Amino acid sequence: MKIGIPKEVHSGEARVATTPVIVEQLIKLGFSVSVEAGAGKAANFSDKAYKDAGASINKSAEKLWADSDIIFKVRAPEMHPKLKVDEVDLLSKGQNLISFIWPAQNEALMKRLAAKKVTVLGMECVPRISRAQKCDALSSMANIAGYRAVVEAAQHFGRFFTGQITAAGKVPPAKVLVIGAGVAGLAAIGAAKSMGAIVRSFDTRPEVKEQVESMDAEFLMLDFEEDGAGSGGYAKTMSKEFIAAEMELFAEQAKDVDIIITTALIPGRPAPELITKEMVASMKPGSVIVDLAAEQGGNCKLSEAGKVVIKNNVSIIGYTDLPSRMAAQSSQLYGTNLRHLLTELSPEKNGEIDVNMDDEMIRGATVIKEGKITWPPPPPTLSAAPKASAKVEDSSAAEPIKEKKPLLPASVTQFIPLILGGAALYTVGASAPESFMTHFTVFVLACFIGYQVIWNVSASLHTPLMSVTNAISGIIVIGALVQISSPGFMITILSGLAILIASINIAGGFLVTRRMLEMFKK
Amino acid sequence: MSQGLVTMSYIAASVLFILSLSGLSNQETARRGNYYGMIGMAIAIFATIMSDSVSSYVVLIIALLIGGAIGAKAAFKVQMTEMPELVAIMHSLVGMAAVLVGYANFIDPTSALTGVEKTIHEVEIYIGILIGAVTFSGSVIAFGKLSGKISGNPLLIPGRHWLNLGLLVASIWLCTQFVAGAETGGGTFSLLIMTVIALAFGVHMVMAIGGADMPVVVSMLNSYSGWAAAATGFMLNNDLLIVTGALVGSSGAILSYIMCRAMNRSFISVIAGGFGTTSGGPAATVEGEVVEISVSETTALLKDSKNIMIIPGYGMAVAQAQHTVNEITKLLNGKGKNVRFGIHPVAGRMPGHMNVLLAEAKVPYDVVFEMDEINDDFPDTDVTIVIGANDIVNPSALDDPNSPIAGMPVLECWKGENTIVLKRSMASGYAGVDNPLFVHEKTQMLFGDANTSLQAVLKELQD
Repeated sequence: MKIGIPKEVHSGEARVATTPVIVEQLIKLGFSVSVEAGAGKAANFSDKAYKDAGASINKSAEKLWADSDIIFKVRAPEMHPKLKVDEVDLLSKGQNLISFIWPAQNEALMKRLAAKKVTVLGMECVPRISRAQKCDALSSMANIAGYRAVVEAAQHFGRFFTGQITAAGKVPPAKVLVIGAGVAGLAAIGAAKSMGAIVRSFDTRPEVKEQVESMDAEFLMLDFEEDGAGSGGYAKTMSKEFIAAEMELFAEQAKDVDIIITTALIPGRPAPELITKEMVASMKPGSVIVDLAAEQGGNCKLSEAGKVVIKNNVSIIGYTDLPSRMAAQSSQLYGTNLRHLLTELSPEKNGEIDVNMDDEMIRGATVIKEGKITWPPPPPTLSAAPKASAKVEDSSAAEPIKEKKPLLPASVTQFIPLILGGAALYTVGASAPESFMTHFTVFVLACFIGYQVIWNVSASLHTPLMSVTNAISGIIVIGALVQISSPGFMITILSGLAILIASINIAGGFLVTRRMLEMFKK
Repeated sequence: MSQGLVTMSYIAASVLFILSLSGLSNQETARRGNYYGMIGMAIAIFATIMSDSVSSYVVLIIALLIGGAIGAKAAFKVQMTEMPELVAIMHSLVGMAAVLVGYANFIDPTSALTGVEKTIHEVEIYIGILIGAVTFSGSVIAFGKLSGKISGNPLLIPGRHWLNLGLLVASIWLCTQFVAGAETGGGTFSLLIMTVIALAFGVHMVMAIGGADMPVVVSMLNSYSGWAAAATGFMLNNDLLIVTGALVGSSGAILSYIMCRAMNRSFISVIAGGFGTTSGGPAATVEGEVVEISVSETTALLKDSKNIMIIPGYGMAVAQAQHTVNEITKLLNGKGKNVRFGIHPVAGRMPGHMNVLLAEAKVPYDVVFEMDEINDDFPDTDVTIVIGANDIVNPSALDDPNSPIAGMPVLECWKGENTIVLKRSMASGYAGVDNPLFVHEKTQMLFGDANTSLQAVLKELQD
């Protein structure tokens, strides 16, 4: 099947749905790839690079759309500014489109796509199950956005991030507050931390505390019990009291920190307002706010989508195209996500795809199947059983087993071996003759020496220890040697045999130990 | 040679044996220790041959030469992966020799003991043969299991504990019969019956033990072979045999104890046989998705990592992958990466098995660490490669109280950044326990023969 990569038409969009490296991998999967001329230009991928990777270059967008079986795109289809025709109308029956779609926000688009009798997979609809992580383009993009947010903040921030003591005086480190420790938040924490800033983070979900701390940032806690974890790994809306406490924390932090990066979003809802006008006013002059939720209304009251505004000497960055600002990186990650999805769609690796609706991941991503709208999918089943139910199972399983009552109480049983040992020693001592007792003394002392010596043996030498003890226990040959001269044919036979096998042990044991020890080299 | 000189030689031999074992406390002195052992053995044999009690030399020398030649041939031919088998078969030889010496002593007419001493002597013969026979048949079965000639699964006969108890009682009763019979010059029959019972007991005992418990069995039989030698020493009034037997016996006992502790199992429960017979309630089932990784992704991951840990298991021995592992280690070390090995005490089929295999492949021993030394370093590890190991890296040993291996200390590789598990397929380990590590979010699986996969990784690393 042929994959077509048109040039993105959205104004300012620099990303492209595949890169030359990924083209090679797609071809390995059995597909042929056609790229519109200039598609990768804004992301610094030349037509020649695509061609060298094995793709064909198509000058005409219309032809590319018409010729391809599968279209890879970044942005949802929209009006083509040059052709003056909507990209949806370039599709024809039986084609497949894989792209960001946002079906919840774009109902009209969905209807028009369905009317075209095409199959559409939405990259943002890939379910959040562990198997599908490799296709999770939202996380890839959020990661880039988080990183870029720090870079943008640094651009507008007039000081170092890291603290320094120089000949010209001391520079305090910048303090960064990251609100929302999702993928974007964690990426921002990592980037700010590696630039040397002091990073604090807040999230309504207490379980991310560990992740934040693992990145060496401080996790701000509210003195308030409420779990903010919603379904699918996202946060949920919190109670009024919680929000009040949260706002108080932010107001306090706003006075202290230099940079605030907000990433708080709940899918399908307007962004919660977290940074009020007053908080902005309370910040130090020259501070920076980066609002990653600006497109959905903004976490900061004063942010404007797509713009940088300066209010009260505070720069408020509301860019909505952060991934596109790092087009080479985001194209590469997005392209890899697409390739992974394609691998799932083409399990035979024969260059054909099969939209298998029984596969949970593909079912989730497919929003239109051959003209039929299949969105929203049934709720995803969690890959791991919830903890609570596992606990219940445990207790119910453990219940019927009653603890066995020991015959005697523990205080008595611990003395039993001692008593038995004592009794045995007494019996031996009372009845055995002198000659036996001397041998017994030797025996007991030898056991203790063995005990002391063996504990010092290094664990890595346990195998040589066993083979050397094997050889040494061949000392039993002495017993046979002593007997062999006794009269009697049977004795000679038995002793001779014993000598033979014991000497196998002696020679074999020592020599194999030597061979092994020769191998232990520094 | 006078009796005094013989005794003196025996003392020298005993001291040399003790020095031999203590030499094994570290790699530098281990070789010297082995030579002490050889010298001690040579002195002991020479002194005995020269003593007054030996007068016929022909059979003796022929037997010594033939035995020595067979032993030497085996020592030079054996593959390092077959060491457990060799050790097991050598235990059986000690057991066999103990039985033969016991019988020879029993029919020896020159004994002139009377009264209590005679009774004690007979009991000593009886016990010597008993331990020897158990060691012999147990080791033969262990050899069969280790070499794959007998299925590694535990064979559990219903009511086996009662059977064992019955055999024990029968042995004690036969002992009284034997002692009574021997007073009048008989008792051979009781002795033969006991030998058969002891052989059956040895077979039954080892048959009931599962493959993963083999390290315990091997070290336990090591211990038995020592006790057999010690019992023979009592029988012959020979202190050298007693000392040496006691040294070997306690060595094996300590090894068994270390192995049991490494599996968090009591010695009794291993001997009683079967795995998982004591757990209460069903173990939590493992759910989740297995993420596969390709050879080139593995290579890329290794190239990007700084701290690399390798955990070898029995699978590495089976695949004979140790040489490839060493090549990869050398290459990565050359690139300035910190490659280390983490060895679980029960990895493989006998104590120290993995160390020997890595040493054979010339992995320097100062990058090979024990579990306790290295377990705290996993959080700083970028990639852990698990080669053919399963139960020793199973997180449910720590967090699932119902797991059959609950409480066993394991290598906590999941605390690192990434884990790559090399495995032939998704079958469970010897313990038959599901392993949540394989579906852990940080784990990726590289399926296929360990050696083939690693060869491919090595090739890509070299490019």
